[in-house]
Parts: sequence; C-alpha cells; structure tokens
Amino acid sequence: MSFLDYFKSKKNNRSASVAKERLQIIVAHERGQRDQPDYLPELQKELLAVIRKYVQISDDQVQVEVDRNDSCSVLELNVTLPEH
Amino acid sequence: MARIIVVTSGKGGVGKTTTSASISTGLAKRGHKTVVIDFDVGLRNLDLIMNCERRVVYDFVNVIQGEATLNQALIRDKRVDTLYILPASQTREKEALTKDGVEKVINELSDRFDYIVCDSPAGIEHGALMALYYADEAVVVTNPEVSSVRDSDRILGILQSKSRRAEMGQDPVKEHLLLSRYNPDRVEKGEMLSVADVEEILAIPLLGVIPESQVVLNASNQGVPVILEEDSDAGQAYDDAVARLLGEEREHRFMTSQKKGFFSRMFKGG
Repeated sequence: MSFLDYFKSKKNNRSASVAKERLQIIVAHERGQRDQPDYLPELQKELLAVIRKYVQISDDQVQVEVDRNDSCSVLELNVTLPEH
Repeated sequence: MARIIVVTSGKGGVGKTTTSASISTGLAKRGHKTVVIDFDVGLRNLDLIMNCERRVVYDFVNVIQGEATLNQALIRDKRVDTLYILPASQTREKEALTKDGVEKVINELSDRFDYIVCDSPAGIEHGALMALYYADEAVVVTNPEVSSVRDSDRILGILQSKSRRAEMGQDPVKEHLLLSRYNPDRVEKGEMLSVADVEEILAIPLLGVIPESQVVLNASNQGVPVILEEDSDAGQAYDDAVARLLGEEREHRFMTSQKKGFFSRMFKGG
C-alpha cells in the first residue's frame, strides 16, 4: 500500500494549486464588492426598471460600479443595448 | 498607553485562543505588563487554555455593568507574574458588550498595562466587532485551507472599514498574518497551500508560521500556553512570532519538512 503511494503521490493530489486559483478568483471578486456603497444593489434595480420602460434588456446588461479616487467618486453605468 | 492587539480570524477553530494565550504569555515573559481579554461571551475558553478556570469569580460583563471592579475580575497568572486574564461571561448575551462599556474597561486597563491582547470570538458578529474595534494591531490567524483564507480576507476588510482607527480616519490597524497548523510535508506534496500562496492572496506581512504539532493539543489538555513548551517546534515558533511583534528580526523556521529517508517513507506510509 505505502509502496504504491510513494509513486502515486508524485503525480496526483496537486490540489493546492487548485485551491490557490479558486481563492484568488473569489477573493478578488469579494474585494470588489466590499468597497461598494450599500445603496448600490437598490440603485441598480431602479435604474433597470427605468431603462426597461424604453428598451427590453436583461439583468446582466446593466452594470453599476463606483470608483473611488482620492478627491471624488465616479458612478459608472454601463448599459448594453440589444441589437436592432 | 497600552498597545491593543486583537487576535482574530473570522473562521472558528483555527487557533485564536491558543494564539492569544501564547502571545500574551510571551509578551509578559519579556517583562511587559500584559492583560488578555476573552471576548467570547457565552463560550468562554481562554480560562481553560490558561488553566485558571477554577479561579473565575467575576468577568468582563460584570465589570462593564458595574457589578464588580476591574481588580476583582482580573486573574493573575500563576506562572508569569506580569500577566493577567480578564475572563468572558459564560451566561450573558453577547450584546452585553457595549461599545461604551468596552471602551471604559479598555481605557482603565490602558493606564495599567503595556499590552492588551483581545481574544476574538469566531464570526463577524457583534462580539468579533467589539474585539477588533479598539485595536492598534491585528494578528490574523489563518490555516492553509480555502475557507480559512477566505474568511481571513473578509476580516481584513472589516478591520479596514469598521475599526475605530478606520472610522476616525487614523493610521490603519497594523495587520499581521499568523499561519497555523502548517504541514510542510503536505505542502511539498502539493496538497496544502504554501506560506507563499497565502501571503500572495492575503497580501499582509507574515508574523509567523506555527507548524501542525501534537504538542499544541497536549499543552491545551494541561492548561499550559504552548509557548511555555520551550523545547517544542510550535512553542519556539510562537516565541519567534512574539519577538517579531516587538520589532525583532528573526528568520522563519519550521517551514520545510524534516526529510525522511526513502525507507522510512516506504514503511511508514510517507
């Protein structure tokens, strides 16, 4: 048993690199959300409702982000309109 | 003015209380007047790890609510005479720790001690927020494992936005990474995140690496802070961490596996 393990462990079980990759992605994502103001999800919902009065778009076609600089914050609104 | 150090992690069971006991004992052993406070109201355990569970009469909440004086509640350590323990209440609600109440106690301790070590409960709820609120420095205890690393990053975000220093716009809380339960053999096999991996993800300075060791359980069984097991790898690793906390330069140890020969690997299962 342990004889075979000695050779097997060289190839398999490189799970640490998978862990690192998954962590880097989730941590980056959560850091992005952490800095956003609390009102943002509500703002996004209302903006979506207003735009839908005129154009039919889905939830993921509107992106709202706040970029904070030293002196001011910028609200960035990205709307992807459907093709005509 | 005392320096206030919170020992925190987000995730439970990673070694916060073990670390609080060892760091406070290490600071006191070097002659610094130190008090360690258990913030885990309802799940008191620091007293057991410090072997003073039978000497608890009054607790942190009693002092906040004016039912006892600080002197009545503080327990003097029997091994290191510059060390005191302020136990958590076992019966009250967590909300008994009010911001004003905690501040009052910390201010009073601050006049008498050089270091105040705050042992945080797990989670990111009220008790954990109170433990980190007044901190000058934070020791973030992390295991090389995905959920612990993620939770540590979360607690770092909270330190950067919800601590008193953040709210007042003062210099940020000084952050330290303490990687515990580290197994160099498994790291070399590619089965465990390495020190470098965790440092890269969390991006905070490394205070120390505590190797996974049977000594830690043996010490807690007996109510001895593991730093007092001076011949053990874990004890020495904690001593190094305390020295670094005080600004000393020490090389990191216990990060590579003790090489076993081909035959011992074969017959003991590697």
